[in-house]
Amino acid sequence: MSAHTDTMLYLDGVSVAFDGFKAINNLAIIVKPAEMLAIIGPNGAGKTTMMDIITGKTRPDTGQVLFDGRTDLTRLDEAAIANLGIGRKFQKPTVFESHTVWDNLEMALKKPRGIFSTLFYTANDDDVARITEILETVRLIARKDEFAANLSHGQKQWLEIGMLLAQDPKLLLVDEPVAGMTDSETEETAKLLREIARTRSVVVVEHDMSFVRELGSRVVCLAEGAVLAEGSLDQVSANPVVIERYLGR
Amino acid sequence: MLTQALFRALDKKAIWVIGIFLAVAVLVPMANLLIPPGQFGHVPTYLVSLMGKYLAYAILALALDLVWGYCGILSLGHGAFFALGGYAMGMYLMRQIGSRGVYGNPVLPDFMVFLNYSELPWFWLGMDNFWFAMLMVVFVPGLLAFVFGFFAFRSRVTGVYLSIITQAMTFALLLAFFRNDMGFGGNNGLTDFKDILGVSVQAQSTRATLFAATAIALAMSVLVCSMIVNSKLGKVMIAVRDAESRTRFLGYRVEYVKLFAFTVSAIMAGIAGALYVPQVGIINPSEFDPANSIEVVIWTAVGGRGTLIGPIVGAIVVNLGKSWFTTTLPELWLFALGALFVFTTLFLPKGIVGLWHQAWGRTRRRTEPAERPAPPTPAQSADIERGEDPASFGHEAQPKPAE
Repeated sequence: MSAHTDTMLYLDGVSVAFDGFKAINNLAIIVKPAEMLAIIGPNGAGKTTMMDIITGKTRPDTGQVLFDGRTDLTRLDEAAIANLGIGRKFQKPTVFESHTVWDNLEMALKKPRGIFSTLFYTANDDDVARITEILETVRLIARKDEFAANLSHGQKQWLEIGMLLAQDPKLLLVDEPVAGMTDSETEETAKLLREIARTRSVVVVEHDMSFVRELGSRVVCLAEGAVLAEGSLDQVSANPVVIERYLGR
Repeated sequence: MLTQALFRALDKKAIWVIGIFLAVAVLVPMANLLIPPGQFGHVPTYLVSLMGKYLAYAILALALDLVWGYCGILSLGHGAFFALGGYAMGMYLMRQIGSRGVYGNPVLPDFMVFLNYSELPWFWLGMDNFWFAMLMVVFVPGLLAFVFGFFAFRSRVTGVYLSIITQAMTFALLLAFFRNDMGFGGNNGLTDFKDILGVSVQAQSTRATLFAATAIALAMSVLVCSMIVNSKLGKVMIAVRDAESRTRFLGYRVEYVKLFAFTVSAIMAGIAGALYVPQVGIINPSEFDPANSIEVVIWTAVGGRGTLIGPIVGAIVVNLGKSWFTTTLPELWLFALGALFVFTTLFLPKGIVGLWHQAWGRTRRRTEPAERPAPPTPAQSADIERGEDPASFGHEAQPKPAE
């Protein structure tokens, strides 16, 4: 039992099959508090399925998924897991397009999620200050009153990262954060994620190797639903199996 | 807390709508009672009742809009909640008849005497008290919606499947209420009402009062809806409509958000039904007809869903059209209604209200060329190509169709 104390996220022996196809096969991953982990791997390696399992969208057939060393995530639904402190950014940026940038953040802000506390919610000064601060961090302060639908792809990505920050999670799952971003935006995103990882655990799924290099974190390469290699980016990318299955082609 | 929520509800356009209907609640009865017939400005009593009926429909359409326009739940069974509220009111009115019925039984309504009932069924007990009947008007539709919604939303039944089971619900109730041994008057329903709160239902002053009550109830419904949709919960409802699973990952319990909207909406529909019944003088199982519920959807779509004024405008306009059509060209009414729905879906995705916004936006743009929006960015052009450019739909983003 000592293996999973002092971890933020603990996956062991996790398997899930869809119609006989094993999307995740005996997967084991550990993320420590205030640690960043980058996950790479070819398409169909099970990266997004892994995130679905952690956030409660998919139930694993077997295996253990523990949060904060003690909470069994396989028994909880999406909302309960989100309220425990796990935030997720999706591969395709999903912001609420018919709401303004500000309202998107206000909804994400860590506040009681009950029906009546939401109905009678009024933003206090702290909330306004916090949202403004996040807007400055993600550089959307000038567009705060615009509909999220009018943002560019990269700005939507940033808004979603801002929503993650507003949720104030302990663990962030970030799926392809820099898709559709310019080089300088990518650089900024890496900086921001490194900053976040000082106090929180961050799991980043990404295909962009230069971005992964900038993150400078531990790297796990997944293939066919299992861990292929693990270590620093140099170690992983030097691994002959990884080269053959993922990088080389 | 509540005062802040009220303030939020009263800003923007809602205060105008509420003000207009409160004014109507006073002015129309005055024009009916104080201005003598034949003189300019007199509103005949039949017209007062007809308008009262339309306003009850408007409350029903507004209730549907709360779940459909704002929360993405396309209920095709809202007529059931309306009819249940109506039946609760009808039961009260039946018990006010007393011994004036054809059979002169002081307790049992005529149809029960006719069907050889020896005593009142348990669910008719207490319905002779106005306060208890009014409680049931709110409680019965609310409870049905709560139980139905609890199971449907917990099992994550969404989209067209949910629409189908709401339709099945109202159809099941239709069949049940048609049965004589249900104790609700079977095929004939409840009618021949005499008194309400000790005064004659037919009296001119009663009709004017019922109209005023309906207009006030509509104003209050707008207030409640405005309070909900302008709160953070209202934003979450729209979030549920547009991206349900994303809302879950933010930590909101989508099923409870939907359950809240559905229950509040059913209660509003029940109140609308209760106000409708004394003004038309009858409630029978045909009110549960699935076609009625679909008609409510058409009113809301024609008026403009996702707005507070849209469903009210839609309910009144379509029913005015219906009144005209069914007297002049009765056989063509259903075709006209169908054509209207197709036309609205194809050409007026935001309904009459959306059209008005568009026209208003265009004239303003013409008069103030300096304010013309900047040429669209590449991302916006892509949106325009997909028909999703919010700028071309007034100031609000175009709501997506229900999933």
